[in-house]
Amino acid sequence: MKTKLSLSQKAGLVSVGLFAVILLVWQLATLPEATTTAANVDPEYAALMGGAASSASSFPTPAAMAQTVWEKLSDPFYDNGPNDKGIGIQLAYSIARVLAGFFLAAAVAIPLGFAIGNSRVFYQALNPYVQLLKPISPLAWMPLALYTIKDASASAIFVIFICSLWPMLINTAHGVANVRRDWLDVSRTLEVNPLRKAFRVILPAAAPTILTGMRISMGIAWLVIVAAEMLVGGTGIGYFVWNEWNNLSITNVLFAILMIGVVGMALDSVFGVLSKRVAYQE
Amino acid sequence: MSSTTHPFLQVENLARIYPSPTGGDDVTVFDHVNFRIHKGEFVCVPGHSGCGKSTILNILAGLDSASVGNVFMDGREVSGPSLDRGVIFQGHALMPWLTVLENVSFAVKSRWASWSKQKVRDHAMRYIELVGLKGAEHKKPSQLSGGMKQRVGIARAFSIEPKMLLMDEPFGALDALTRGVIQDELLKICAETQQTVFMITHDVDEAILLSDRIMLMSNGPHARIAEIVNNTLPRPRERSAIHKQPHYYPIRNHLVDFLVSRSKQFGSLRDAPDAPSSPAVFDPADLIEPEPAVAHALPVGKPHIHLVNA
Repeated sequence: MKTKLSLSQKAGLVSVGLFAVILLVWQLATLPEATTTAANVDPEYAALMGGAASSASSFPTPAAMAQTVWEKLSDPFYDNGPNDKGIGIQLAYSIARVLAGFFLAAAVAIPLGFAIGNSRVFYQALNPYVQLLKPISPLAWMPLALYTIKDASASAIFVIFICSLWPMLINTAHGVANVRRDWLDVSRTLEVNPLRKAFRVILPAAAPTILTGMRISMGIAWLVIVAAEMLVGGTGIGYFVWNEWNNLSITNVLFAILMIGVVGMALDSVFGVLSKRVAYQE
Repeated sequence: MSSTTHPFLQVENLARIYPSPTGGDDVTVFDHVNFRIHKGEFVCVPGHSGCGKSTILNILAGLDSASVGNVFMDGREVSGPSLDRGVIFQGHALMPWLTVLENVSFAVKSRWASWSKQKVRDHAMRYIELVGLKGAEHKKPSQLSGGMKQRVGIARAFSIEPKMLLMDEPFGALDALTRGVIQDELLKICAETQQTVFMITHDVDEAILLSDRIMLMSNGPHARIAEIVNNTLPRPRERSAIHKQPHYYPIRNHLVDFLVSRSKQFGSLRDAPDAPSSPAVFDPADLIEPEPAVAHALPVGKPHIHLVNA
């Protein structure tokens, strides 16, 4: 054991150790409480609650959880009607809504952000609206969306749209407004036409800032979709969580939470890769 | 020296006035700035910060506009940036997301939009080779040293084959050794291309090495061109041997003397702000016999100034 461990090897070891500790605590916390229950609980109350049932918590042990994860992931795309779909299908619905709302927002926010960033007048004119609309919880739009769009799924997409809009809009405007003057001067002295300037100078210069905005938007969108789907119901991971809560299947709720985390991480890492690609070092 | 029949660049009565931030009198940075630059001439402006050198350069570039006065180049008025005037920026201003070749190609493509990819590339490569960066064309600016970055800036400015080159303290951020090497290269390229250059510098030796004429500006506010020094040192010039030229020390002493003490004394001009500008011309050829280097402690310049009408 004389070999020195690299930083990432050390970090990996700590991570694995932490995981072991979590599992241990989890295991201890979910040990069958048969003896203690019998000692502490009024026998009449225990009988009222169904006796044996009270001794087994709905909270799964790590082993039971692992088995559920394995079962669910080995058949992610089954479809047995509206209340029993595979996790893959539910996640696919959610991801599709998030992507639809997100790209709609990008299609509006990035050109608009360009315009705002390029013009002081436009910036000052739109600033009050942005400041007013930005802090509104996206779910507050839901009733309005349901009333006007009259379609649950489209309303969810609208909510994603509205929550993804602001970070992208603000970051794009900020990035465009802060393009180094030198680069703009270079393109002026080279008589670069406006379109070429926008795509070859301003866009690459502002790309890291724009991508940061997109990354923030995507993070928020993925947070919001769970809540939105709990409201609109029908399909999606948010609906799945709420449905399993109604079924009192804590195991499935836990599983869904885990999946939300995994997908959120994956979406974020996509933007991490994109950010690296457009990053430049001055 | 050169004939005054067809000035290539003519600057007439240029002034820059800023409204006072406190609401008092307007601030006149410089006024009554008149000068001419002939084709193929290399003109340097050394001087203190605050006298508006950079503003004048930006006005020539078309990036800034004057409050009063006009600039004519090749018979046409300068009213905005143009590919006819290449600019080398102080902070190199390379686009960090592009490689060396892409940075230069961007300029070439801007100049000749109809050229094929191959032609643009070949043309850009020629100028990259000219500044000695062959082999580094696929590097990003962040991978280059400060001197190499500025060379890319030079290659980019020359690649569009402008009628005139404007340089704003292009080597200000470089260390002395690197600066010397790039000055030599610039000297060589300018000799090859017969480029007309207007250059701002704070380095007196740089001005002497590179220029045909040196314009001295008085301190602001109401800065103006106080003197024009004809740089009579023969070309081709060698950085290692230039100080052995008989005119070297008279010119250098005159410049340093001006910059250190006399630039402040032009305050009298502010009392008569409407007086026409007529800068004195200092020409070391007017010296009866060139002073040997030992005598350079004496203020050589003063007695040898005569006025000309600008």
